Amino acid sequence: MTRVRAEHRDATLRLTLTGNWTAGEFGFIEPAWQAVDFSGVTAVEIDLREMGRLDLSGAWLIHDRLLGLTPDTTVQYQGPMPEMLRLVAVTLAAVEEPAPAQKSRPRWVDWVGRKAWDRLAGWRSGLAFFGETIVRFVQALGNPKVWRPVSIARHVYDTGVTAIPIVALIAFLISVIIAYMGAQQLQQFGADIFVVDLVTVGVLRELGVLLTAIIVAGRSGSAFAAEIGAMKLNQEVDALTATGVEPVEVLILPRWIGLIIALPLLTVIADAVGLLGGALLCQWLLDMSFFQYFQRVNESIATWTFWVGIIKAPVFAVLIAAAGTYRGMQVRGSSRELGRLTTVAVVQAIFLVILADALFAVLFMEMGI
Amino acid sequence: MSETPAILVSNIVNRFGAQVIHDGLDMTVMTGEIFGIVGGSGSGKSVLLKTILGLHRPQQGRVELAGVDVADLSDMQLRRLKMGYGVTFQAGALFSSLTVLQNVQLPMLEHLQVSPRALDELAMLKVRLVGLPAAAAHKYPAQLSGGMIKRAALARALALDPQLLFLDEPTSGLDPISAAAFDELLVNLQRELALTVVMITHDLDTIFRTCDRIGVIVDKRMVSGTLETIVDHPHPWIQAYFHGDRARRFGAQRGA
Repeated sequence: MTRVRAEHRDATLRLTLTGNWTAGEFGFIEPAWQAVDFSGVTAVEIDLREMGRLDLSGAWLIHDRLLGLTPDTTVQYQGPMPEMLRLVAVTLAAVEEPAPAQKSRPRWVDWVGRKAWDRLAGWRSGLAFFGETIVRFVQALGNPKVWRPVSIARHVYDTGVTAIPIVALIAFLISVIIAYMGAQQLQQFGADIFVVDLVTVGVLRELGVLLTAIIVAGRSGSAFAAEIGAMKLNQEVDALTATGVEPVEVLILPRWIGLIIALPLLTVIADAVGLLGGALLCQWLLDMSFFQYFQRVNESIATWTFWVGIIKAPVFAVLIAAAGTYRGMQVRGSSRELGRLTTVAVVQAIFLVILADALFAVLFMEMGI
Repeated sequence: MSETPAILVSNIVNRFGAQVIHDGLDMTVMTGEIFGIVGGSGSGKSVLLKTILGLHRPQQGRVELAGVDVADLSDMQLRRLKMGYGVTFQAGALFSSLTVLQNVQLPMLEHLQVSPRALDELAMLKVRLVGLPAAAAHKYPAQLSGGMIKRAALARALALDPQLLFLDEPTSGLDPISAAAFDELLVNLQRELALTVVMITHDLDTIFRTCDRIGVIVDKRMVSGTLETIVDHPHPWIQAYFHGDRARRFGAQRGA
């Protein structure tokens, strides 16, 4: 259906608009209207008598094209000029304020400076956050009244107890993989028994705690950031502060403490399941009895093997909790920020955990344990 | 009036578990009027709005928009129907990761075939129409004041040029001057765009300034009529609402 009938008569253009000129019809009316040839026209007559409904969008379309005509062109309507057209004209003419300043593209020097400054400010605020939390923590140690056992218990449950199945499963699978790989290589030398050493030392010293920390970073680091971030968006954090309750005390400390308690316990479970996985694989692949396996486990464990793994757990817990809660507190403005900072929290938590693990490795080597 | 009402709600029953919210509620909104819905907290104003919008299915009863039973419609028809009405929510519900302009453009992008230039210009027209400065168009919702958020939400509701507008507490949380300005804007837009407006409100000023008729939800049903008839309705809640302390102060000011 043609929506615009155009008749050129000398310099007069007679336009008949038909059908509904509404937002929903834009796909039809816009191309039809833009196709009208106004060149060389000094008078326009617009016939709206066959038009159905005209809404603001349709009126804008007509208005916008007519604005582009040369100023001496006359526009006449057959029938009354629609209210909508007048409304569009009035709305657009109302107080023309200065256009919003276009974002000026900073030059690269500007850009580098800004980025550097942002980074510096970021580190400062991170450090300030860490410092404040530590101070509150120390204060809380001396004042059992501000301990929040219920809240802490909830976080131990959320971050620890509910994570047991997945942590156990991963620990089991990883130890099976190590035992399997080790068995394949060591069998060639007839050194089957060292598979047990490999699994035991590997799981207890490194993998148990590291994998647990990475899983917890994914589960709880993100949960911390998202929970606190949503509270920030909802002004709940402001409400706490205004009530005279320190957000650090009720939101952050319980999460830190909860995770510090939960992560070592999870690590113990991961260690145990890991050793069990090794045992099953050794029995299946190397015909090693459980008794023989655990006897060898006992021999291969030095005084520090288990503790080296466990000592790392609370440190990892602090890193994960710090990344999660800090990023959560940084959320402001929009739900996109919430998503972005939750992602940052998890990535940073995992990065910090692995970095710390590397530092621990060097430290323990220097100490000779 | 023999013409088809814009909205016809008949004999709606809404229950949540054992709790009955609406029990045989009727409501009629004629084309071109501003209809105010009033009711105590928890009387089911928002549930009624959701029921009309098709966001909630009533246990019983019919909802007709422009003579069409909403329950009979296919998905395709429902989509077309939704293009015909605009809604603002209590807290604005602007998409916080989009600028005001993008918020207005979102329904257009979704439903209309519009050239990129027209998209920008039309959205800006809507922003200007609700009285926001052009500079506000490029701001994010978090950077706006309460009054500006309400206006931006209205601009988004008007994005598709609906003929029917639903407003959920459009002036709540605004200072009296901003609220008055919003009321004036609403009345002007309603007249110029020939809108039918349904709004939930608690603001007596807004009711008196804007509404042609009001419906009060009492005892799980609706009592509706013109302001004059409702004000004199004998129901105790309605009496308390319109003749309570706050209302008396209002009446004294008006010399009523």
